[in-house]
Amino acid sequence: MSTNHTIIATTDLTKIYGMGDASVVALDHVSLEVQAGELVAIMGPSGSGKSTLMNILGCLSTPTSGQYILDGEDVSHLDKVQLASIRNTKLGYIFQSYNLLARTSALRNVILPLVYDRSHKHPREKWEGLARDMLEKVGLGDRMDHQPQELSGGQQQRVAIARALITNPVLIIADEPTGNLDSHSGEEIMKLLHTLHLQGATIVIVTHDPIVAQYTERVIHLKDGQVDLVIHNEKYHLKESVAA
Amino acid sequence: MNINEVFRISWEAILKNKVRSLLTMLGIIIGVAAVIVMIAISSGTEATISDQITSLGTNLIFVSTAFTRMGPGVDTSVQLVLSDATAIADNISGVTSVVVEQDASETVKAGSVSLSSTSITGASPDFLTVRDLTVANGRFFTAEDVTNKKKVVVLGSTLATELFGTADPTGQTILIYNTRVTVIGVLAEKGTVGEVDYDTRAYIPISLMLQKFAISPFAKIKGDMIRMVYVQVDPKANMDNVILQIQILLAKRHNVTLASDSFTITTQQDVIATQESTTSAFRSLLAWVAGVSLVVGGIGIMNIMLVSVTERTREIGLRQSVGATPNDIRWQFLTEALLMSLVGGLIGAAAGVGGAWVFGFASSMRTVIVPSSILLAFASAAAVGAFFGFYPANQAAQLDPIDALRHE
Repeated sequence: MSTNHTIIATTDLTKIYGMGDASVVALDHVSLEVQAGELVAIMGPSGSGKSTLMNILGCLSTPTSGQYILDGEDVSHLDKVQLASIRNTKLGYIFQSYNLLARTSALRNVILPLVYDRSHKHPREKWEGLARDMLEKVGLGDRMDHQPQELSGGQQQRVAIARALITNPVLIIADEPTGNLDSHSGEEIMKLLHTLHLQGATIVIVTHDPIVAQYTERVIHLKDGQVDLVIHNEKYHLKESVAA
Repeated sequence: MNINEVFRISWEAILKNKVRSLLTMLGIIIGVAAVIVMIAISSGTEATISDQITSLGTNLIFVSTAFTRMGPGVDTSVQLVLSDATAIADNISGVTSVVVEQDASETVKAGSVSLSSTSITGASPDFLTVRDLTVANGRFFTAEDVTNKKKVVVLGSTLATELFGTADPTGQTILIYNTRVTVIGVLAEKGTVGEVDYDTRAYIPISLMLQKFAISPFAKIKGDMIRMVYVQVDPKANMDNVILQIQILLAKRHNVTLASDSFTITTQQDVIATQESTTSAFRSLLAWVAGVSLVVGGIGIMNIMLVSVTERTREIGLRQSVGATPNDIRWQFLTEALLMSLVGGLIGAAAGVGGAWVFGFASSMRTVIVPSSILLAFASAAAVGAFFGFYPANQAAQLDPIDALRHE
């Protein structure tokens, strides 16, 4: 994957909730860029607007004003159906609480995004093979037929990562991916995300955990809806050499 | 989204909550089963009635006096009399046989047993064939008995038991009012047909009836008054033509105009049509009642679907986040509702057919399973599912992905 290709480019991204006197400015002219292959963390105290930013970057909502170019495409003013299509083809999500379908095998959970693929990139009979490859990639080759309740938290999050990868998205968005895990499992997940990053994936992690942020190249700090601070992580290079 | 996937997802959702799905379907199951059983019962009743009417003999014309203008000052001389029957038999072509009937109500005594207000029917021997009756024991009276005004009687089965218990009544004598008659036979059980209970009656020769019991207090009547003439028509003859001939003949004999409507002439078909209109009204009432239970079942589906949408909000959010459009979500829930009503309809149809069969087997009522009723019930179940599934499906489709994902 080329490294000088811009995946995220926002200009004056603003989100205002409510009307008139009761209105709240959640995002205030946020401009940022993320290049292909980057591993970036978005941090900030609660109310800083990081969830709002994540929702817009994840095409789950649209900005009140400003522009968001995702992978060369302006997605600032798309309708519900177009957003759904972008989410399906270009994005992969990892949630704090995994969000796997209960009583459904790991394999079927990973296949889920393909069900909503309108471009029919992959024929139906190839779905299972593809999902198997993804599960093997995250180290769950022997747990394909297990249901979420039969898997540990770390394993469930791996299934979720495999699900995020199956459409080969240009951007992976992880919302507190280690928030529900013990430190050991959390570290495993971060190592996995780091490996994916080294393989070329573009990943944005929203977190308030400084340890998670240490795995990233760049930390974008938000405060009161604005970019407060951008830290280029020194320790990141250490981690990279360890991982490599 | 692939149609197979839609069905797969919906089917899995139903299977994941087997008990709840079954309870949801229960309304539809009961509704569909009720429609089928109700229609089977009313069709059974209808079939029984039309069988009974047909069993009264085919190609039959009933002629009777129209009692529309009875009372003081009314000319009661226009009455059906015995010679009318003879005239019909002799003058009208296409008539194969004519049977007369006159009824009376008298006290009947046998030994110490006394039954008041017992129906006595005076008839000609062909009455047996025309009314499709059979003799269980002994014999029916003959033309000779009628000619000789023989004092003989044939008893209905119930009446025989009431008078003689288990003893054989043939050869015994009974007293009808003050006339002693000899029992020559007992009829086989027939039951009630068209509000006439054939088993509680006594049957005597028409000549004896006219002589002893049917003497009208209004003594101006010319000849012997009779209640009914049954005219059996050759199947090859034109029924309408025969009816017209009878009308002309009677009008001429009684010196009235054709338009006077002094006599009522009905056919087997008329009787069947009347019965059918009554039972079809009954049937549509039952169908409506069953239809209401289908609607109630539909409301049950809507309820559970709404609960299901709330419960699965996070799942909806997840599906939206991986690319499901509002339409995808709408179809998923609509298909789920539809599948549930169809499966419910299927179970209900099986239960209905089984229930109708068991009901017909276990009770004295006859049931006829109407194939179109299964189709009707099934189609209504599908319509109910689609209709009541639409609102919850729409609710699900309109969820905001962010709110849905955050839902606890």
